[in-house]
Amino acid sequence: MSELWRLTAHEAHEGLRRREFTSVELTQSVLERVAEVEPTVNAYITLTADLALEQAKEADAKLAAGAATPLTGIPVGVKDLIVTKGVRTTAGSKMLENFIPPYDSHVYENLRRAGAVMIGKCNMDEFAMGSSTEHSAYGPTRNPWNPALVPGGSSGGSAAAVAAGECLVSLGSDTGGSIRQPAALCGQVGLDPTYGRVSRYGIIAFGSSLDQVGPIGRDVEDVATMLDCIGGHDPRDSTTNPEPMPDLRHYLGRDIRGMRIGVPKEYFISGMEPGVAARIEEALGVLEGLGAIVDRDVSLPSTGHALAVYYIIAPSEASANLARYDGVKYGFSDRSAPSMWENMEQTRAKGFGNEVKRRIMLGTYALSAGYYDAYYLKAQKVRTLISREFAEAFARYDVLVTPTSPTVAFPIGAKVDDPFAMYLNDIYTLPASVAGLPAISVPCGFSEGLPVGMQIIGNFFDEGRILQVAHAYEQASGFKNQLAPLAAG
Amino acid sequence: MTAIATEYEVVIGLEVHCQLKTASKMFCGCSADYSGAEPNTHVCPVCLGMPGVLPVINEKAIEDIVLTGLALNCSIAPFSKFDRKNYHYPDLMKGYQISQYDLPICRDGWLEVEVEGERRRVGITRVHMEEDTARLLHRVDPVTGEPYSLIDVNRSGTPLMEIVSEPDIRSAAEAREYLVRLRQVLRYIGVSNANMEEGDFRCDANISVRRRGDTAFGTKVEIKNMNSFRAVHDALVFEAKRQIGVLEAGGRIEQETRGWSDERQATLSQRSKEHAHDYRYFPEPDLPPLRLSAAFVERVRARLPELPAAKVERYRALGLSAYEAATLAEERPRAAYFEQLVAALSGDEARRAKLAANWMLGEVARWLNANQAEIDRFPLEPAALAGLIEQVASGAVTALVGKEVFDQMVASGESAQAIIERQGLAQISGQDELAGLVRKAIAANPKAVADYHAGKETAVKFLIGQVMRETRGRANAQVVQELLERELKK
Repeated sequence: MSELWRLTAHEAHEGLRRREFTSVELTQSVLERVAEVEPTVNAYITLTADLALEQAKEADAKLAAGAATPLTGIPVGVKDLIVTKGVRTTAGSKMLENFIPPYDSHVYENLRRAGAVMIGKCNMDEFAMGSSTEHSAYGPTRNPWNPALVPGGSSGGSAAAVAAGECLVSLGSDTGGSIRQPAALCGQVGLDPTYGRVSRYGIIAFGSSLDQVGPIGRDVEDVATMLDCIGGHDPRDSTTNPEPMPDLRHYLGRDIRGMRIGVPKEYFISGMEPGVAARIEEALGVLEGLGAIVDRDVSLPSTGHALAVYYIIAPSEASANLARYDGVKYGFSDRSAPSMWENMEQTRAKGFGNEVKRRIMLGTYALSAGYYDAYYLKAQKVRTLISREFAEAFARYDVLVTPTSPTVAFPIGAKVDDPFAMYLNDIYTLPASVAGLPAISVPCGFSEGLPVGMQIIGNFFDEGRILQVAHAYEQASGFKNQLAPLAAG
Repeated sequence: MTAIATEYEVVIGLEVHCQLKTASKMFCGCSADYSGAEPNTHVCPVCLGMPGVLPVINEKAIEDIVLTGLALNCSIAPFSKFDRKNYHYPDLMKGYQISQYDLPICRDGWLEVEVEGERRRVGITRVHMEEDTARLLHRVDPVTGEPYSLIDVNRSGTPLMEIVSEPDIRSAAEAREYLVRLRQVLRYIGVSNANMEEGDFRCDANISVRRRGDTAFGTKVEIKNMNSFRAVHDALVFEAKRQIGVLEAGGRIEQETRGWSDERQATLSQRSKEHAHDYRYFPEPDLPPLRLSAAFVERVRARLPELPAAKVERYRALGLSAYEAATLAEERPRAAYFEQLVAALSGDEARRAKLAANWMLGEVARWLNANQAEIDRFPLEPAALAGLIEQVASGAVTALVGKEVFDQMVASGESAQAIIERQGLAQISGQDELAGLVRKAIAANPKAVADYHAGKETAVKFLIGQVMRETRGRANAQVVQELLERELKK
């Protein structure tokens, strides 16, 4: 029973249900794969092998008792900003190198209730600030398709782990593209749910009005299964939608004949690689072939402002969210200075990386007296404008389709010293984030041997519709279960 | 006041922070009643500011602040929001405080104060909701002499209201009166213990002075660290004098924050304007805006009790003196007892009120003072006390016996009726029964009789006293006097 790690979650679920193998066997297979490739990929900050085998045993008991859910016994990766009781949670930062949370996040609670098996905590850009997973205090994650390249970010560990067979599905978090962009660059499916769909309780905050947890998987069905598990109202997060989740499986396998698809022209700009443009054009052809009505003449004029809006609002919120890390209560604490205030300053000086400091400074500046109106308030107004344009578009289209990223995976080190070039990676994912809309990235072929992703944006709480389009496309195109051709290191 | 001081007018605005006594904290489920608890036992990830936590609004706290707003004649905002106030301090778990910036829940109210017989309304600018911080305990290591601080997180996240007045207050005495009235209202509506010494009612003041007749305000100074009503009064008196002194010497007032030192009986500079915080307020993204429906506000309004000012008016209309009315209305349980007592008595309301007031401010107050107790510890039900009052008022027992019965009632819990019957304490009013005693007193006290005939009217009082002694206070004094006078004039 070799290479069980190659299975998708739903395939593995079938195998477990039919007693073809146990969760312990499946977990061991994944852990062996981790042992082989992790030295190359570095997808995990913390591996929880013992815990995983314990959880797998419990899962096997559940399976034997006929009490299994689609995720019972399935090995998952969990982004390291998702708080896990008793398991170190670092958010990719030195600041939390020794932080063992005393409580569980909502999403991890739900995963555990479903019987999922946690392989480890996935690597990420520090506090989710980055698009390459190079800004991790625990070393960069490498793209399983080519270890010289970045996996994207900030959920680079979560995406690379799925692509490399180091888990079957994973959880990431998306603030401005942090699920979709790495999913695209690693050839996987990544879903950023509607803001308010998934509880943020226990998600280490970056930009509170933007952060959202979502799944990365090898196909659309797995991603739908994961969202079904983690989504829904949570009284501990007042920004979650009190409405119950729709039955997402209902949308899988339905045809998309007559579906109105808008393609905003503002997304097809100079700077996009021709290979990416070609793959998206081909994908639109597939969608048309499935009976969808594709309109390539849609305009969302404010699209270009999303980057500026995002880089004011997210850092502003981050500047407050990260104020709690002062070395007084938990985490890294520098006590070398003679006074309390100096120790707090030194803790922050030494505990945070440069990108985090840059964003704290950006946000602090944008909120300062005399600048608030010009930056933060203006950004909120433009944010409303962007939302309004989307609302108008969704009056005419069921979904919008764009590329996920202007480029395929780029070399490690290529952009790390050029923040602006790095920020441009997210220009296609930022608008939906700023508007709080759900969006999925699905693989749509390759350019220069590297995966390309297509983004499908839906209306508020209309995850069902984007999963429907994504699933129909996946079935027609065959771009799924794309394990990276990574030899054991 | 000195001649110079009277040329100036003092302008004061007060900011009061008041802890609500809700069962749980403002944004988490921890118990907010931590008094007497071990440090750091009323805590959870949320009020500890752990990574990843989110606040959830305590609805009871919102009800309580709306009730406060209504009691202070404020308008209640149908739409308000929470904001983050950013600053670093080790007692601030998240590095920001969830507060309200530009859209408070209550605004534009007033509270009436009365100083030296003059009644004025002090405007309430706003009442907003926020969370309290942890408490720092500053210690010194006994061995090394090094100072260090401990943090008790029990208080972190408890609901705190900030009540901001307009700069309408014109003297330290008026400031004190405002605080007394404010505390009274907050206790009346039951939202807070409002105990200044225990820190759940804290006051900062903004004070400036200007020449009488000037319309522009002078430069204001913020005074902190006043931990009692007396400290507020003394600090404001000191600060007004200090500012006038500076101006008289040709100086300028610096805009700054000063702290009151009880020890030095002076305000001392803490922070100048240049070092003022930039709190970088922005809307709290973890909480949706607060929308309060008119129906919700009306539901809360229905909880509003009769407030002290209205009670005083009503008591005065029943014929009580200003002193009686104010004393009875001072605390809600006392007023409630008084009103129950009035209800339990018979006759017209003015008579009942007068009787009840006399007993409340007489025997009941005496017992409470002697026992260092508040009315909630007074052992007699209003109906039981009313039973005694009726016995005295109707003449069934004398006032003197009434006091004795009162003492027995509070000691034993027995009813007035039972005590009177069992001990035969009923008043003796029968002429036949008393006539013999009167004759006996006259016969036994020839000197008093002589005095009477010499024109000393007071001699009658002495003889009444003799009869009273004989009857252990049970004799009807008026009947005795009549009989005595009739007998002596024979």
